[in-house]
Amino acid sequence: MDLVAEASFTSRAYRDDAVVLRTHKLGEADRILTLLTKHHGQVRAVARGVRRTSSRFGSRLEPFMVADLQLVPGRSLEVVTQAQSKGAYGHAIASDYSRYTVATAMAETAEKLTDVDGESGTAQYQLLVGALAALSRGAQEPGLILDSYLLRALATGGWAPSFTSCARCDAPGPHTAFNAALGGVVCADCRPPGSPAPAPGTIVLLAALLSGDWETAAASEPRERSEAAGLVTAYLQWHLERRVKSLQHVDRQP
Amino acid sequence: MYEGAVQELIDELGRLPGIGPKSAQRLAFHILEADAGDMQKLAEAITAVKTRVKFCSICGNVSEQDTCSICRDPRRDASVICVVEESKDVMAVERTRSFRGRYHVLGGAISPIDGIGPEKLRIRELLTRLSDDTVQEIIIATDPNVEGEATATYLIRTLKPIGVKVTRLASGLPVGGDLEYADEATLGRAFAGRLAV
Repeated sequence: MDLVAEASFTSRAYRDDAVVLRTHKLGEADRILTLLTKHHGQVRAVARGVRRTSSRFGSRLEPFMVADLQLVPGRSLEVVTQAQSKGAYGHAIASDYSRYTVATAMAETAEKLTDVDGESGTAQYQLLVGALAALSRGAQEPGLILDSYLLRALATGGWAPSFTSCARCDAPGPHTAFNAALGGVVCADCRPPGSPAPAPGTIVLLAALLSGDWETAAASEPRERSEAAGLVTAYLQWHLERRVKSLQHVDRQP
Repeated sequence: MYEGAVQELIDELGRLPGIGPKSAQRLAFHILEADAGDMQKLAEAITAVKTRVKFCSICGNVSEQDTCSICRDPRRDASVICVVEESKDVMAVERTRSFRGRYHVLGGAISPIDGIGPEKLRIRELLTRLSDDTVQEIIIATDPNVEGEATATYLIRTLKPIGVKVTRLASGLPVGGDLEYADEATLGRAFAGRLAV
C-alpha cells in the first residue's frame, strides 16, 4: 500500500526552472515560496526546514534566486523536494542597497502581473531572470534596469506603451504630451487636458528603455531619468490597478 | 459549534500562529480537562506578559523595567553594540557566552515587498546611541538571508560615514559538519571570508 502511495507521489512530481519572488515564514522552520516558473506560471510552494542553519536547501530558495526545482503538488500548495541553483543572484543583489530595492520592486511587479494571467508566464520569467542577471552584474544603473523592466513587463502583459506615434490616433511622432491612461505619448489633437509634457529627452529615454537601447539610455541626464521614472511608475500603477508597495522604497541614488 | 465559552476559547486559540481549527479544538479540550490550578497559572502568565513586559527604552529588547537587564548591567562593555533583528536573536548570541557587549534590537529586517522600509526599524534609535564617543564598534548580526544581508548593507552605508568601526558576523561552514555536504553558496562565502593564520 505504501509503495503504491510512494509511486503516485513521485509520478506526480515535475521539474521546472523557477525564480523566487518572495518568501513567507511558515511554522517552525519552513517557508512558503512564491515562484515564477518557466512553464507553469506562478506557483506557491512549501520548502520544508529551510530556515534551519543546517539546511542545504535554504540558500538556493531565497528571493531573486533562480533554481531548477522538483515540485510535488500537495493539497493546497506544491512541495519543493529538490533544488539545484541556476543563478545565485541573491548575494550580489543584497550587497548593494539600491540593487536590493530595485530587485524587490521587480519581483513584486512580476508577482502582480502573473497571479491572474498565466499565459505570459514564460515570457515574464525570461524577462525577470534577464533583469536580475543584469542587476547582479551591475550592467547598468539599477534605476534604469528597473524602469526598462517595468515597461517591458507591462508590454509583455499586453499594455505596451507607445513613445513614438500617438497612442490614440497613431499619428507619427515625435509628440510632446504623455498620458498614462491612453497608453503613451499623444498628439496635440488627442491630448486630454492635464496631460504632462515631459522633456523631449525623457521621451527618447523612455523609448530607449522599452526597446533595450542601452547606449541611448546610459547617455541620458539625471533629470530625464527621474522624470522618466515618475512616468513609468504612473503608467504601471494605472494599468496594474494595484499598488506596488516596494516602489516607494526604491533607492535611486547611484 | 460548541456552546459559549468552549467555542470562544477554540476561536481565540485558533488565532495563534501555527494553530489550525483541529489543534485549537484539541487544546481547548485539554484545558477543559486539565487541573484548574495549572490552567490558572497559564492564564496568569498570559496576563502578566501583556501587562508587565515592555520594550527596553535603550536597546529595544523585551524587559520588565524601563531598561533591560543587559543595558542596566555595569559589567557589560558599553563600547561594543551587537545589532540583531529580533529579541530572540539576543538570546541566541547570549547562549554563546562569548559576547560581553550590549545589544540593539532592530525589530525586523528591511523588506519593501512587505512594506517594511528602513524608517520602520529602530535605526534612528541606534544612531542616537552613537551621539557620544562611548561606542567604538558596531557588530552587525542580522540573519544570513537576503533581507538580513540587505539590512546589513543599509546599516553599513549609514554607519560608515559616522566613523565608528563596523564589523559583521562571519558566514560559512557549520561546526560539526562535513565539507562535502556544504551547499555552494555557504562554501563560497566560507572561501570569501577565509582567515589568514
